[in-house]
Parts: sequence; structure tokens; C-alpha cells
Amino acid sequence: MTTPRKLKPVDAVIIGYGWTGAILAKTLTDAGLQVVALERGPARDTSPDFEYPRIADELRYGIRGDLWQPLAAETVTVRHTVNDTAVPYRKYGSFVLGNGVGGAGVHWNGQLWRASPEDFRLRSHIEQRYGKHFIPSEMTIQDYPVSFEELEPHFDHFEKVCGVSGVAGNLRGTVQPHGNPFEGPRSDEFPTPPLPAIYAAQLFEKASAQLGYRSFPVPAANSSVAFTNPYGVRLGPCNLCGYCERFGCFLYSKASPQTTILPILAARPNLEVRTGAYVTRILQDSSKKRATGVIYIDENGQELEQPADLVILSAFQMHNVRLLLLSGIGAPYDPSTGQGLVGKNYAYQMCAVTSAFFAEDVHINPFIGAGAAGLSAIDEFNSDHNDHSKLGFVGGAVIFAGATGGRPIDQMLLPPGTARWGRAWKAAVRKHYRHSAPVTVQGSVMSYRDRYLSLDPTYKDKHGLPLLRITFDWHDNEYRMAAYAASKAEDIVREMRPQSQATLLLKPGNHYDTRIYQSTHTTGGAIIGSNPANSVINRYSQSWELPNLFIYGASAFPQNVGYNPTGILAGLAYFSAEKLKSTYLRSPGPLVS
Amino acid sequence: MPVVGLGALASAGCNGTPQTQARAYVPTYFRAAEWEFLVAAVSRLIPTEGQGPGAIEAGVPEFVDRQMEMPYGHGAYFYLQGPFHPESAATLGYQHRYTPREIYRFGIENANSASTRVHGREFARLEPSSQDEFLASMEKGALNFPNIPAALLFAQLLENTREGYFSDPMYGGNRNMVAWNWIGFPGARADFTDWIDQAGKEYPYGPVSVGGTRS
Repeated sequence: MTTPRKLKPVDAVIIGYGWTGAILAKTLTDAGLQVVALERGPARDTSPDFEYPRIADELRYGIRGDLWQPLAAETVTVRHTVNDTAVPYRKYGSFVLGNGVGGAGVHWNGQLWRASPEDFRLRSHIEQRYGKHFIPSEMTIQDYPVSFEELEPHFDHFEKVCGVSGVAGNLRGTVQPHGNPFEGPRSDEFPTPPLPAIYAAQLFEKASAQLGYRSFPVPAANSSVAFTNPYGVRLGPCNLCGYCERFGCFLYSKASPQTTILPILAARPNLEVRTGAYVTRILQDSSKKRATGVIYIDENGQELEQPADLVILSAFQMHNVRLLLLSGIGAPYDPSTGQGLVGKNYAYQMCAVTSAFFAEDVHINPFIGAGAAGLSAIDEFNSDHNDHSKLGFVGGAVIFAGATGGRPIDQMLLPPGTARWGRAWKAAVRKHYRHSAPVTVQGSVMSYRDRYLSLDPTYKDKHGLPLLRITFDWHDNEYRMAAYAASKAEDIVREMRPQSQATLLLKPGNHYDTRIYQSTHTTGGAIIGSNPANSVINRYSQSWELPNLFIYGASAFPQNVGYNPTGILAGLAYFSAEKLKSTYLRSPGPLVS
Repeated sequence: MPVVGLGALASAGCNGTPQTQARAYVPTYFRAAEWEFLVAAVSRLIPTEGQGPGAIEAGVPEFVDRQMEMPYGHGAYFYLQGPFHPESAATLGYQHRYTPREIYRFGIENANSASTRVHGREFARLEPSSQDEFLASMEKGALNFPNIPAALLFAQLLENTREGYFSDPMYGGNRNMVAWNWIGFPGARADFTDWIDQAGKEYPYGPVSVGGTRS
């Protein structure tokens, strides 16, 4: 093998140019560093890549997934237990992976949540409230080494960057009438008001109120009005086009790196973005105390070395973990001993859906919708908002109403028992398409000793490097959580008075099924913690092993929450960025001793 | 490549029977016997009978044939490196080595052989009710095919049929947006600013396509 051609050293190299890559690119170029961002996918921007009408194409983007990572070149493998042989995730199903500039931040829904204060000190909170015995021994949850209160200014800033639409539920400690009463105290209102609820969400709000729940608009990074963010980048109002999740936004409404941060970086002379750059290794010096840069393969298949003083690992959660393992940074987690940290505490989400089927005079119009705008939620049963002492599980779920679009191939709701084909199916799609709505339960998944990420011993990517292997299946705690939350969703849907309703709920014995889309909110594997014995990164997202390596994304989450992860991971990134600016760049070295 | 007679072409677009409409398209990938199978099978998956367009009126066979010529048909969207473990738990997803083109090529031959063995005729020559029974057996995996599992061929057929029925007409199916009209999906309109404050009202406008056609 030839030696990679060595490029001119730079101050910082960024691996992955999605949300956190963009946040760090801004921070570091603001500080005057010479920065190279390496993105393995293509360059992408609102025009021409997401332009109307081309983007309004369900088959191309919603089914084939032209904005997603091409699995033919690299995928992951999956097995349910440590004793199984993993097999490749050959076709998209359970989750979709981002690719290209903007990453999954291009084709996300835009549901921008913070988490609850107790989510950041989950183990301590549960032990204090319910006793140590409440947490099963195989459950490896732990506290974040940073509090909600410390992250709050950064959540607030990111919401302003994204022009998030919503209603405050807790303003500086005072509960507000129309927001989420369970949210942690926020320092400021949302930057833009919510769009009115879509019809299904209105029915949900009314039903929730009758049952005594306090519904509120889902915090939406789908701007409701013309808005200029703190960086001077403009967003436009969402028109509920129905092509949000899985699509790029043609209206500059959905926040993405492209619509919020990248425009101000484009002309910076101290930033170079190289697309088609597939990083295969983070390099270390011989003492293994310092990262020295990265090796990547460019679009022409040439292997290059990019030396850098600072390495920012900001790829998708799974890719962060894989790259650490491929680079031999940190000890791989071993579930038989519980030793090693890289790959530890992989978690996911467990969802349930109750579909409401209305009569033909109830016009749900599912195609009028967005990924987040116009949706309504309740948060009574999420995190530890309610007393779990008799429930027998840790965690919870947000329950939200309304479809993220009415794409007929993928989002057709039909009552169970409907024929899957033939004349009856044809009649059913007409009868139900415009008159049905989902109420979704999105629940947390805790971390466990036997659920983790590692390198696959057999399967390789197109460059011959091992794929990442996921060892995952559900635990009893999550079946109980989902059954409980789904029963609440069913009560609400009943109150919405549909002609019929049906719930999809995983039950004990149902294994993790990779064929069905559930959530792209995969977490863990390079977790954040208070010391090098319990985590891969410290509170400033700095590697304990290599102090000039910083790792961003949901790979940091010690366990998952019932919320969408983007707000949390952006908060952690901005918290880290502030410390980089104030301390690290002046005096590089470990930020936590 | 099957070549169609002038008579069949002449009837295209003139309210011909489903069969003649399907024949108006000259398939690129599918061979004559395969094409007959495909046309017959999708005709049962979304039949013409009853209200609403069937797969044939929607141009589903043309859609499937054209998809076979696209990267999708060649398996370019899937990870197809071995080793293959088709015996894996179903929950771990697709574990065969075949591209969509191969599923149809080998699967249709298997299906026609099975049909001939059991009924003395290829699938396309069976009565509709027998075709329905045959498809239902495939769906359940109750038929033993030597190369492609019957349930796999069925799943491929059903998936592509629904895609062809509901996708934008630029791909050859959902001809004249018949399926969108049938269910009331406005297609690529993608602008509901005026409807933000009219939740719950019946939406009155028909679909438009990415290409700008209306119906």
C-alpha cells in the first residue's frame, strides 16, 4: 500500500459537515483558525438540490432515499444478542442515515426539543426518587456531567439560530398557559410563534384537554414567519408543503445547516470544505496522547493525510463510533466484562402509533403538514414527569398528533385487517386516505450492558474497512414504557371520536425489526461522563484519551430520551464551543482534569 | 425484446381494454413471457374491476419495467456484499443476494413453472380467481420456488405495484395522476399557505405533477 500523500497542515480538521460540524466550523473560523471540513457526501444547497418542483417527489426522496447515505457503499450490521451473527442492514428500514453537506440536518423533521432537567441527571434522579433498587442491574444509565441549567443558554441560542416556532411553557421558572408545562425553565420565549395546529392536531388538543392534559405546539424548526437569525441568515415561513421529513426544504423554512449557518461560512478564506472526502482513520502520535490529523480517501480514490492540531469528530452518531474503533482510539467496549468504553451504551427509541380512522366527512387532509409545524403534543408521560414508583419502568414518551405529510406510498394509514391488495385494498385507500391521522408515542430507550456497538468481523465497506455492528434488542423496561404511554395515546384518540382506531405497539417477544421505519434517533457509543472510567468524552465533548480530539453528536448520550436529539446535541456542541473559545484555543490541553 | 403489433399500438390511449393499454408500451427489461406475467399479476394486485383505477390504467407495468433500467433495478440502493444469510430472522430484513431485476427474472420463471405444474397453464392464462389464489399462496410462502422464494417475489411485486400506482407520473405509472385523483392526494402542489387557517375543510383542488401537468 502506498503512503498517503501528506497535505499542508491546518489548525483544525472537521470530520462530517452536518449540524455540529457547521457549529464548530463557525466557532473555529470566528477564532481565526485555518479549518478544513471533510464531508464524505456531495455538496448540497437549497438551490439547486432542494428546489421546487423537483423535490416534491416521494419515490425519489421518500422511498429510494436519494439524500441518504448510499448503503451499497457502506452500511451497518445488526444482531439481536451477543450470541448471534450479525447480518447487514441491506435496505433502508428502521432508520435513515444522512449524507452530504448538511447531513441528516437536511432531511430531518425539525422537531427541536430540549430534554427535561432530570434527563441530564437520570441515574441520580431515579435513585433519589425511587431508590437504588429501582434501576435494574443490567441497565447502565448514567448522569450527564453537565446540567440543564448550564446548557440552557446554548439551547436558547440554537433555537434562535433555527428560528424555532413554539410557545414557552416555563419562562424563567413561571409556568406559562399554552406551552409545555414540563419543560425546564427557559431564559427566553421561542424566537417565532407557532403555526396554527393542523386539523388532526386540533382534534388531539381538544381531546387532550377533556382528559385533563395540557397540549402544546411541538417546538418546530420550521419557521412560521420571515425571520433573521443571530447570524443574519434569513428563513421564510413554512407553507405546510407535506415534503419535510426525508426531503430538503425548498422554502428556506426548515432549519438546516444550509439555511442557518453555512451561508455566513461560505466566503470565509480560512475555511475549506472538501466533499467526497471519506475519512478512514484519525491519526495519533506515537505516545497516543495526541491526534495528529486524519487519513481520508478523496473522490478519485486517492488516499490523503490531512495533518491538524485539532480534530473535530462531528459525523453521525454511528460513524463517530466506527471511526474511533477503526482508529484504535480508546478501548472497545466488551459486554462480557463491562470493560472498555467505545461502543458502550448504544440506545434507540421505542415508538407506538395509534391511528384514528374518521368518517368521510372529517377532512384530515394529511398532505397539509410539516415535520414539526402544526403538530401538537403532550408531555405528561415523558421523562420522569409523572410518578413511576408503581409503573415499573424508567423513562417515558412524548405523545404527538398529526402526520408529517401525506405521502401515499409511505404514509397510507389503513385499519388492521384491510386487504393488502385487490379490490378491497383499492376501495380502502380511497375511503381512509384523507380521513385518518396518527397519534405517535416516541419513547426513550435506556442503555444496557448487552447493547452496544463494535466492528463487524465479517462485512466490509467499499474500501474494505469493517462495518459497524449494532447489537440491540428491546428490554422489558421499554415494553412496559411503551405499553403505558400507548394506553394514554389510545385514551386520547378515543376522545377524538374516530369511527375506529388501531394501535401498533411492540410487545414482549417482538424483536427489534430493522425493516420498519421507527426512528433515526440512535444514540451512545462515545458517551459523555464525569471521568475517564465512565465515558469517552468529558463535559466539554473533549476526548479523555486525546485532548485535541472533540466528539459531537448523539454518540455522547449516555442513554436515550423520548425527545428528538438535535436540540440536545446542538446544546452540547455550543457549550463545548464556548469553552474551546474561552479556554482551549488559548491554552490547549485537558479541560477537565 | 417483445415487439408489439401495430394493432395494439393503434389502440393505445383510445379507451382500449386494459390489456391493449398495457401492450402499447414496449418493455425494455422484461421478456415476452415475463411481461405477460407482470401485467397479469399487477392486474390482480390492483384490479380494474370496481370503482377507481387499476394498476393497468395507472401504467404500473411500464413503471416497473422502467425501474428495472434504473440504478434501483440493478440493486444500486442496497448493500449486496456477501456472505448471505437468508435464513436469518425476518426482523433483520432483506438478506438475499438478488437485485430487483434478478428477483423478477428468476422469480417469474419459477412462478410460471409452478403454475404450469399445478394448473397446466402459465400464470397469465389462468382465470382471475385462480390468479388471486396463486398470488395469495405466493404471499404466504405456501409455494415452493426453486430459486426465488415465492413470498419474496410477491413482496417485490406488491411494493413496486404500490410505488407505480402512487408515484409521480414521470416514472411511467400513475398515468394522468389517476391514483392521486382516486384518493384525493394533490401530488406536487406542495403549497398550503392558504389552508393553514382552513383546517378541517374539504380540499378542493386536483393534483399537479412535478412536470406541471394537471388533471
